[in-house]
Amino acid sequence: MTLFLNLSFGQVAIPSKEVFKSLFGGQAEKETWEYIIMNFRLPKAITAILVGIGLSISGLLMQTLFRNPLAGPYVLGLSSGSSLGVAFVILGAGLLPAVCSPFLLSSYGIILASCLGSLLVLLMILMVSQRLRDTMSILIVGLMFSSFTSAIVSVFSYFSSAEQLQKYTFWSMGSLGNLSWPNIIVLSISVIVGLFLSLLTLKALDALLLGENYAKSMGLNLKKSRYTIIFATSILAGSITAFAGPIAFVGLAVPHLSKLLFQTSNHKILFWSTILIGAIIMLFCDTVSQMPSFDFTLPINAITSIIGAPIVIWLIIRKKSMT
Amino acid sequence: MSSIKTILSSNDLSIGYYSKRENHVVAENLNLNLVAGQLISLVGANGIGKSTLLRTLTGIQKPLKGAVFLNERNIHDFQPLELAQNLSLVLTEKLPPSNLTVFELIALGRQPYTNWLGNLSAEDHQKINQAIELTHIEHLVYKKYHEISDGQLQIVLIARALAQDTPLIILDEPTTHLDLLHKVSVFKLLKKLTKETGKCILFSTHDIDLAIQLSDEMIVMTEDNVVQDQPCNLITKGVFSLLFKDDSITFDGEKGKFMIS
Repeated sequence: MTLFLNLSFGQVAIPSKEVFKSLFGGQAEKETWEYIIMNFRLPKAITAILVGIGLSISGLLMQTLFRNPLAGPYVLGLSSGSSLGVAFVILGAGLLPAVCSPFLLSSYGIILASCLGSLLVLLMILMVSQRLRDTMSILIVGLMFSSFTSAIVSVFSYFSSAEQLQKYTFWSMGSLGNLSWPNIIVLSISVIVGLFLSLLTLKALDALLLGENYAKSMGLNLKKSRYTIIFATSILAGSITAFAGPIAFVGLAVPHLSKLLFQTSNHKILFWSTILIGAIIMLFCDTVSQMPSFDFTLPINAITSIIGAPIVIWLIIRKKSMT
Repeated sequence: MSSIKTILSSNDLSIGYYSKRENHVVAENLNLNLVAGQLISLVGANGIGKSTLLRTLTGIQKPLKGAVFLNERNIHDFQPLELAQNLSLVLTEKLPPSNLTVFELIALGRQPYTNWLGNLSAEDHQKINQAIELTHIEHLVYKKYHEISDGQLQIVLIARALAQDTPLIILDEPTTHLDLLHKVSVFKLLKKLTKETGKCILFSTHDIDLAIQLSDEMIVMTEDNVVQDQPCNLITKGVFSLLFKDDSITFDGEKGKFMIS
């Protein structure tokens, strides 16, 4: 475990040879390098780890809750829900009384809006999934939610100032950087709360592997567990989307990778392996997005999609051959 | 048997559905009595309301009138966890796809007894192993549940219910989709379990001739009423000929079989 963690931290150190040197050559050599590491590289690495862990766990919870191997915060439109919440706050701030805007535009306001947005979408999906048992229709509904929210966002942007629009556009591209230390602390707290809630649902998740009726027959309080799972998912996906923007596919692909690697459905194992792989994958994607040879940084979303989308296609094909 | 212990009973039970305009009654005045150590089968034509009866008896659905008593307590007074320690189910529904092994699947039956993380204690392990021994599936335990055949899976699901360690097990059509060999082995297993563990087992089935041969008692649902009795008494009463509303199907009491004319 620690070995893996070390390895993943190593990945962050490798991106630039200069960082590598400065880590080993001592801080004294050049103060700017130390500054870069402490205020740019390290926060970014920590954000990557938090984002990777949080999104992956929320994906794991959703896949079991919806009995749907293709569920994930991005695919089911949770991230769009969060975007809607954030858009509402950033772009719609002008519409609200001036007194609230300092709070709303603070990191807490954005987190709250984002969590509420994802919670709203999740509840709607839950409602739909009660009616539709079919995997694919739930995905299509998720897709529709995404288009719906993006439509509302475009209505908002029509009425906003260029400055607000720029702020929102930068946010929506997704970025692991640009987080100050206080923001990272807020994000860490949200992720830890979300993970703790998830930990409480592990037994329920195992029971849900047999379907809701069996779970009930084994004494599971279905309503309570379902809401805990949904709440945990919204906090994780919402707070992460608030700070890092909508990040594609990590939440869907990582739980599958860990199921594939560990060949189990036992959530006590999956929980930790998903955390581990989530952190590693996100660090890896971040590393790729700023390869040493590039003098620019690719948007993190591009990288996660390049890795994640083929996994989804592969999953669908494999599922066909299985049934 | 010296002492007869009633596990599940119903008192003037009416089952059916509530709807806005009027209540749809599926069956009324049911006075059923399920006793420990007996294998009881529930038979009836498709759509007659077997599932509704099972849903009511398991407390999933509320009765229109009357009550269901489990160990002399109204089933709706049980907390979910308590109920899970007294009644286990084997359902017809397909399991969602997962990587569960047979052992893990059976171990899930211990959920009503485990702590908040679901860790298995020594007692849990003992009950699980006992369930595996009783059902003779030692050779399957490390396989994934989707790798085994339908017949084997049915037995594994029964083992899971056994691990749940309840005085009453209710199975919904455990023998559908199985060939004759596996049907018989499931029935024989159920019979053996009632004798060896003293549990009461109730199951619904369409394999009436097999049920007649193996059950201690049968509950027969027809359009007009619901009868519970021993199979031979039911044959003498001629209940089975009322089972299907079709003149071409008759019941031969001597052979204990349905005949097509």
